[in-house]
Amino acid sequence: MQFNPNSLFLFCVAGAVILFVIAQSIFFLVRAYRRGCAIGMDKAVLRRTVLSTAVFTVAPAVSILLGVITLAKFLGIPLPWVRLSIIGAITYELPAATTTAQALGVSLSETITDPRVYSAIAWVMTLGIMPGMFVVLFALKKMQHGILKLKTKDSKWGDLFLTSLFLGMISAFLGMVFSDIRSGLPGFIPIFVLLFSALLMGICGFLIRRCGWKWLETYALTVSMLGSLVFAVIITPLIG
Amino acid sequence: MKSYDDRTHTVGRIWMVLAISVVLAVPVSICVYYNAWPSLTAVFKGLLGVAPIFWTVGIIEVFTYGPMLGSGGSYLAFVTGNITNLKAPSALNAMENARVRPGSEEGEIISTIAIATSSLVTTAVIALGVLGLSFLTPLLNDPVLKPAFDNILPALFGGLAVVYISKNWKIALTPAVFMVALFLCVPSLSSSVGILVPVGALISIGVVRLLYKKGLV
Repeated sequence: MQFNPNSLFLFCVAGAVILFVIAQSIFFLVRAYRRGCAIGMDKAVLRRTVLSTAVFTVAPAVSILLGVITLAKFLGIPLPWVRLSIIGAITYELPAATTTAQALGVSLSETITDPRVYSAIAWVMTLGIMPGMFVVLFALKKMQHGILKLKTKDSKWGDLFLTSLFLGMISAFLGMVFSDIRSGLPGFIPIFVLLFSALLMGICGFLIRRCGWKWLETYALTVSMLGSLVFAVIITPLIG
Repeated sequence: MKSYDDRTHTVGRIWMVLAISVVLAVPVSICVYYNAWPSLTAVFKGLLGVAPIFWTVGIIEVFTYGPMLGSGGSYLAFVTGNITNLKAPSALNAMENARVRPGSEEGEIISTIAIATSSLVTTAVIALGVLGLSFLTPLLNDPVLKPAFDNILPALFGGLAVVYISKNWKIALTPAVFMVALFLCVPSLSSSVGILVPVGALISIGVVRLLYKKGLV
C-alpha cells in the first residue's frame, strides 16, 4: 500500500483523538461548573473564568499551531496535530522526531514516505512522553491527599507551600529569559519583552485599583501578553 | 458517600486509562493499517535520545504542577499537554482573578474550568488552523511575526511575575536571583528549563520554611 502521511485514514485517526480530547475537556468543564454552582460560587465568576481563559489562550494556541506547521513539513498534518493536541509540546515532539530520524539515517528535510520510519517516529513520540500519565494515574490521589493533610494541619504553611511552587516555576522562566544575553543586544530582546509585559501588567493593576476599571481584571494578563508580543515585533527589527 | 474530591479521582482515573489507550492506539493503528511495524532497535535508538530527559521531566512535572493545578485540572492537563506554556499560567491567572486559593475546593473548580476551557480553545485554534493551513502557513511564517512567536514565554511570564512576585517578594527573591545567575552562567540550560522548575520550587520551599519559622512571612 502506498504510504501518504496525509492520508484519509490518518486524518480519521487524528479526528478520533481530537474528539476524545474535546469530550474529556467538556466533561471536566461541565462537572466543575456544576460543582461551583452547587457550593454557591458566583455564576458570573465562573463564566468570567471561561471567557478570560478563552481570550488568553488564543495567542499561545497559535504558537502551538506553528509547531504543527513545523512538524507537518516532514510528518504530514495528522500526526503533529494529534501529538500537539494530546500530552505533547513542540519542545518535545521535534527532538523526538529528529532523534528517531537520525537513528534511522533519514533526513527530515522532506516528507517521510517510508511507513516504517513514520511508525517508528510515532512510537518514539508516544512512548517518550507517557510516564507522566502513569504517575498521574497511580500517584496523584496520594499526593493531593498529602497536600490536603498539610493544609488541614497548618493552613498558613499549606498556602505558603503552594505559593512557593508557583514562585519556583516563575523563577525558572524568569532566569531562562537571561540565557541569551551573551549573544549581544539581540539576546536582551526577551528581557525587554518580559519587562514590557510586567510594565503593562503594572499599568493594568493601576487602572483597576485607582481608576476602578474592574472589567480589565479579567483581561489584564491577555493585555500584557499581547501588548508585549506587539512590542517584540516592533523592537526586534530595530535592535536585532 | 464519596466526597467530590474522591469522585474526581475516580472519574479522573477512568479518563486517564482511556487516554493512555487512545494515545497508544495511534501508533498501533498506523502499524496495523500500513503493516509497518518498526524494528525494536529503531524505536529504542530514538527513545535513547529523548527518554532520559523527557521521562524525568514528565515524572517531575506531576509532582510540581499537580498541587498547583488541583485534581481535576491535573487529570485533564496531563492528557491535553502544553502545561508549562499554557495550562499552568491559565490556571494561575484564573485563580488569581477569581480570588480563590489553590488547594481549596473553589481553587480546584476554577483551575479545572480554566484548563478545560484552554484545552477546548487550543483544540479549536489548531483545528481551524489545520483547515486553513494553505492560507495561514505563509502568514504565520512571515518573518515580521516571528519575534512574537519567539517571545511567547517572556510575554506570558512577565505579567504573571508582577502579580506573584509583588505579593511574595520575600519568598521570590532567592529563587529568582539563583535562576538568573544559573542561566547567565550556563545558557545552554534554557533547553531543559522543565528540569529547573522543581529546582526553583525546592529553593522557594526552603526559603519560605526558613522565613515562616522566623515569623517573617
